[in-house]
Amino acid sequence: MDPKSLDFKTSWEYAPAPEGKEHIKINARYEHFIGGEFVAPAKGRYFETINPATEEKLSEVAEGSSEDVDKAVVAARAALDKSWSKLRASERGKYIYRLARMMQERAREFAVIESLDGGKTIRESRDVDVPLAIAHFFYYAGWADKIRYAFPGKTPRPIGVAGQIIPWNFPLLMAAWKIAPALAAGNTVVLKPAETTPLTALKLAELIQAADLPPGVVNIVTGAGATGAALVNHPGLDKIAFTGSTEVGKLIQRAIAGSRKRYTLELGGKAANIIFEDAAIDQAVEGIVNGIFFNQGHVCCAGSRLFVQESVYDTVIRKLKDRLETLIVGDPLDKNTDIGAINSKMQLDKISAYLKIGVAEGAELYQSSCKLPKKGFFCKPTLFLHCSQSQRIVQEEIFGPVLSVQTFRTPEEAISRANNTPYGLSGGVWTDKGSKIFKVSNALRCGVVWANTYNKFDPSAPFGGYKESGMGREGGLHGLQPYIQYN
Amino acid sequence: MPRNNAALAVTLPPQFVPIDEVGIDERVSRFSKRSIKKSSKVQALKLALSMLDLTTLSAHDTPERVRQLCHKAKNLLETMPELPHVGAVCVYGPLVKVAKEVLKGTKIHIAAVSTAFPSGMAPLKTKLIETRQFVADGADEIDMVISRGKFFEGDYDYVADEIAAVKEACGKAHLKVILETGELNTLDNVRRASDIAMHAGADFIKTSTGKVQPAATPQVTLVMLEAIRDFYYATGKKIGMKPAGGIATAKQALHYLVMLRETLGEAWLTPDLFRFGASKLANDILMQLVKEQTGAYQSIDYFSME
Repeated sequence: MDPKSLDFKTSWEYAPAPEGKEHIKINARYEHFIGGEFVAPAKGRYFETINPATEEKLSEVAEGSSEDVDKAVVAARAALDKSWSKLRASERGKYIYRLARMMQERAREFAVIESLDGGKTIRESRDVDVPLAIAHFFYYAGWADKIRYAFPGKTPRPIGVAGQIIPWNFPLLMAAWKIAPALAAGNTVVLKPAETTPLTALKLAELIQAADLPPGVVNIVTGAGATGAALVNHPGLDKIAFTGSTEVGKLIQRAIAGSRKRYTLELGGKAANIIFEDAAIDQAVEGIVNGIFFNQGHVCCAGSRLFVQESVYDTVIRKLKDRLETLIVGDPLDKNTDIGAINSKMQLDKISAYLKIGVAEGAELYQSSCKLPKKGFFCKPTLFLHCSQSQRIVQEEIFGPVLSVQTFRTPEEAISRANNTPYGLSGGVWTDKGSKIFKVSNALRCGVVWANTYNKFDPSAPFGGYKESGMGREGGLHGLQPYIQYN
Repeated sequence: MPRNNAALAVTLPPQFVPIDEVGIDERVSRFSKRSIKKSSKVQALKLALSMLDLTTLSAHDTPERVRQLCHKAKNLLETMPELPHVGAVCVYGPLVKVAKEVLKGTKIHIAAVSTAFPSGMAPLKTKLIETRQFVADGADEIDMVISRGKFFEGDYDYVADEIAAVKEACGKAHLKVILETGELNTLDNVRRASDIAMHAGADFIKTSTGKVQPAATPQVTLVMLEAIRDFYYATGKKIGMKPAGGIATAKQALHYLVMLRETLGEAWLTPDLFRFGASKLANDILMQLVKEQTGAYQSIDYFSME
């Protein structure tokens, strides 16, 4: 051991501090939410949803068939025509505010269920996912009666019925991103949550029912890919909003080509996080950690490619390795856990396959010395050092706690490598020099660039990708646009 | 003892290290979200007690008051004799002899504030005279203040040379260098002053005199701990850290220890390398320890004020 190395195996450790789950209620079985009622699936089939940290079953959930999807679309259309479009915009706003307030009251319950069902740490679901989801409802509630001011000189109308398909990485937050702007603009929706994480959307359905939202304004049909395909292909929809993989995004584009359906797609990413030698290095290291290990790396805008200027490479890597030793991996419900469970067995297998690929491609694998729980799906925080641009671990989205590291000499080199990817969702720039921030962030071809920070979200800020990271924007004024048309 | 500037240039880092205040705030908030409970809490509270510099720095300190403080240092709580003793008692220089008398035969150090504390507004010559005097009187540790005026003028050599001279005057006594971060205004300055102090020979760097607000904050402490880490990486030398002033509750102390643990690790979890400068903290920690033992909070009247 280097005599100058730091030792983070300390004689003083933190005792377990698990968040209580006595106050939450998860039903043994959940039905679809259609037309304001919980409705059993037409084919009578259900699938299990498990806790990825323990592999124990949490509940079973209705499996949506094309009959269920049809029922939901019909309910959404009826609600659009008969109630939602007849309401004054300010009344629509009140419903959305009401939902936001009710979510606030049950924030703790949402956070615990999000962590149980998806594996993310309670710290994140409590401090990020749930508050941000609520903030989205509050933000778009405010727009409901001001839409005409948002698009001056035009007469905006709702598009109609939107089919919305959301991923498993931020289940409740993505539901909020989809539902809030759609309702504010006067649309009705059919939402399909991801099959591994349906519970918080179904809890939200309970709130929607309790909030007395007109039946059919929000419908939730659960299921896997086939259910999603039935939704995408349903002729009764006016718009598809999808967040998920680039692969599925392309399938959706093909499926709806030539139809009247509009679409927004928020797809994958392989973001470059660029550290210049004049950056505040310790804070940049935090940004690297936050960029790739936030939500176990299950983040489409994760800073999964690290570019470090060669003069500070040794320092940055040394500090990064030390920081990895202080990350606590384990029980998502423990308030001290930094990295929770991988969302599913399937995702863990995919990540593990990439770890093998990276080693076979010749990159140097480095993992923290933490011990993983015996049960459940977990992955150590991982660095791949000395990566090359041509390697698959540099080119492909891994969607796990795996960071590929490269060096660069000039800003131009960093920019050209950062842009040398089919993706273009996000990027990070770290330097103490303001002019460099503007130069580099303007040259990066991606929808979001963070300077001296990473993974910052706000309902008023638009989010979306260049190139194969998607089209359309969500959040802010831009996020209303996909849900309106003009007279 | 002025130092050769050319020699100093070699030992100073090649460039000033920028600090991002937003990033520091975020990291600090992560430390305060650690949940420290049960045995982990008791262990940390005892560690914090052992790191205490029990302090009295009032213009009307009397020998009697210092004697009482030293008795408290030896005997924190009669009902819990197994508790560790505090790290040191911190007093004004003229009272060192009084403290020495009471603390004879214990391992509790005596720290004396020196160098025209708290302003530092005195010629170097007199600063050296008082430092030598306090060490001769029995101080194990000298807490000096830097010349903030010279620092702001950009005369970093003066600041460094002064520290080096006081260090020499300390002889065997340990030198803590007070940056008075409440007057330095920016975290960039805190970092710069930390680097200067360590390179000039500080054994400890310390945030504050306690006479200026704000005194210690988690933000400046983190910046200083990171400076210590970089100095260690570069030289292999372990410099100690002392946040002082403004830390009054056990909960705050726990968050500082979390910060220490996750920034510098095991080697620094010792009174040899970390101290709290505080006057009210001891009783709050004692109250928490009694609560962990008995399950109930006791009235503050059950804890002697000094």
